[in-house]
Amino acid sequence: MSRTADGGRDMADPWMVIDAAHPRKAIDLGELWHYRDLLYFLTRRDVAVRYTQTVLGFLWAIIQPLTSMVVFTVFLGTLAGVPSDGIPYPVFSYLGLLLWTYFAAAVTRSGASLVGNAHLLTRVYFPRVLVPLSATLAAFVDFAIAFLVLGGLMAWYGLVPAATAVFVVPLVVVTACTAAGVGMWLGALNARYRDVQYALPFLMQLWMFATPVVYPASLVPERWRPLLALNPLAGLIEGFRAAMLGRPLDWIALGISVSSAAVLTLLGVWQFRRMERAFADTV
Amino acid sequence: MGSTAIRVRGLSKRYWIGAASRPAGHLREALTDLVTAPFRRLARWAPASEELWALRDVSLDVEHGEVLGVVGRNGAGKSTLLKIISRVTEPTAGRVELFGRVGSLLEVGTGFHPDLTGRENIYLSGTILGMRKREIDRKFDEIVAFAEVEPFVDTPVKRYSSGMYVRLAFAIAAHLDTEILLMDEVLAVGDAEFQKKCLGKMDDVAQAGRTIVFVSHNMAAVQRLCGRGVLLNRGMVAAAGPIGEVVKQYLDGDASPREAARFEPRARSGLGWARVTDAKILDESDRPAAGRPCDSALRFELAIEVIDMGKAGGSLRGLVVELVICSEAGDPLLSLMNVDDPGVELPAGRACRVQVCIPPPTFVPGRYRLDIFLGIPDLQHVDVIAEALRFEVLPPERPWRPYSIEEGRGVFLRRADWAVASSVRTIKAPSS
Repeated sequence: MSRTADGGRDMADPWMVIDAAHPRKAIDLGELWHYRDLLYFLTRRDVAVRYTQTVLGFLWAIIQPLTSMVVFTVFLGTLAGVPSDGIPYPVFSYLGLLLWTYFAAAVTRSGASLVGNAHLLTRVYFPRVLVPLSATLAAFVDFAIAFLVLGGLMAWYGLVPAATAVFVVPLVVVTACTAAGVGMWLGALNARYRDVQYALPFLMQLWMFATPVVYPASLVPERWRPLLALNPLAGLIEGFRAAMLGRPLDWIALGISVSSAAVLTLLGVWQFRRMERAFADTV
Repeated sequence: MGSTAIRVRGLSKRYWIGAASRPAGHLREALTDLVTAPFRRLARWAPASEELWALRDVSLDVEHGEVLGVVGRNGAGKSTLLKIISRVTEPTAGRVELFGRVGSLLEVGTGFHPDLTGRENIYLSGTILGMRKREIDRKFDEIVAFAEVEPFVDTPVKRYSSGMYVRLAFAIAAHLDTEILLMDEVLAVGDAEFQKKCLGKMDDVAQAGRTIVFVSHNMAAVQRLCGRGVLLNRGMVAAAGPIGEVVKQYLDGDASPREAARFEPRARSGLGWARVTDAKILDESDRPAAGRPCDSALRFELAIEVIDMGKAGGSLRGLVVELVICSEAGDPLLSLMNVDDPGVELPAGRACRVQVCIPPPTFVPGRYRLDIFLGIPDLQHVDVIAEALRFEVLPPERPWRPYSIEEGRGVFLRRADWAVASSVRTIKAPSS
């Protein structure tokens, strides 16, 4: 910013400068704060619109993890006899699927969000980061609904949430941040290369099997576990299960996972900011 | 004179044509996109990649409280200018200084979602345009009243009539409270009554000391609202000054005989024993023209000659002439052959002139090109010319529809017969 010399009110600094030679600063928190209401309304839109003209409506939020749980219980739990650390397999897998489904949905939806809102991006300015963020938040509603079913399922097996269940909150927050980071990265890539939208479902499927969702981490040989924990979702899901049921927690694995989640999130945000400037021209 | 509200210096914007991927609207498009993407990516390294300067070294100042009209033909850079000032896209070079909050209204109904109710859309669209929830709470009743949609606030907007939709959308924008307001052609929509109301509202706004940059093809509105104007032409400032003069220059520029479209074949092939020696576009008084308004007939005249008298007895008889009208990018849009029923035959002589007239309305205003084929299809290519002529279809002389004819909404203009019945019973097709 430079002061103008030609007297009068022009002495005042401009409210804003758009300069091709000096791109604007990376993250403008003040601006994000100004637009916080928009984040709310975008999220609300995504939630409101998601199940319009469906018969089952929000039941879909339950049906998805529930059917997956039944399928995995039958094939892995019963037929293949995959161990579940002494937890009834349905509860074990539902706990994993619950968090995983949220993560996958949030990544998928935020990954598609920029292209889905291309119309807005080319017409009006607002912090672009709100688009993938609102998609991540909107997916959270499904998670909350599916969480209610967990209560019923645990009661059925006579399991009571442990006192450690409060740790679920930070774990879910870290999961949401990771999903937002990854979603931003993929969303920004998708704005330029639509290949991403084809690779995404496939990627999420591979990722799920690389994560102890329907099998326990204890199934992996001990020396490989730190490597497994590099997958942020590995430690988060194991931690989520342990916290809910008050079972011993692999702190080292969780530590590795949370660190790698932080790295992944920051990397995603950084990539997003880097590509953000060209969205309106490329999307 | 007040102080500066917007200061633009040396602003330029470059787009790469063909290199950027278009949004894939359909699966088929998306698939072909996926297949061709790697190739296009390779092509981007090639020097052939075409650049387009939507803006070149534009400088201008807008004073506080001033209403500036930006005029110019399609593709002159008006919208790009607004997009840069509103921060939707970034400039390639240059600088903009804004002395005040900017609100932009680049379309009607930004962010509207058809499944949401009027109320929900007011909040969504309002916050997208930069308002705070509190602000909207305060103005909510006023917005609804201005839009005249009180009984339908809680109805999804997809059930609205288009008039209601537009009124609501504009009402939200009209209540934006920024010091600077950018408007792109939004007044082109809506019924005449509501347009008047909007113009009135804009007058109020201008009197309240707000700075407005207004882009429109509606010269009457521009002249009424704006004090000063800027004429853009091919991305450059062609004129700036009192609005009357700028508008006059714009209109004169359109009426004056611009350089007529010239016959300049870019590539030609074929046996060459007969050739198209000239092609041009004619206006009503048979003078060569650069283009025609979309609501006037599009008339081409070709001159064809036998070059090598030894071939086919030196006669043109039996040859087929095909005119292919293509988009500027070269996509064929329309093929016309002299043998199309009820065709004409080329004469037995060694030279002739052929006229082809496409009745109005013709094409959506924009730039087009003409390819010519002379020969016998599938058998003998005598003269095949790519880009024989580049020409322009101009905005209509008499308003064609009460809205602007947007690019990207198809290519052809047609008059159609409409019928309407208030029940679901089948209606008898109208006879023309």
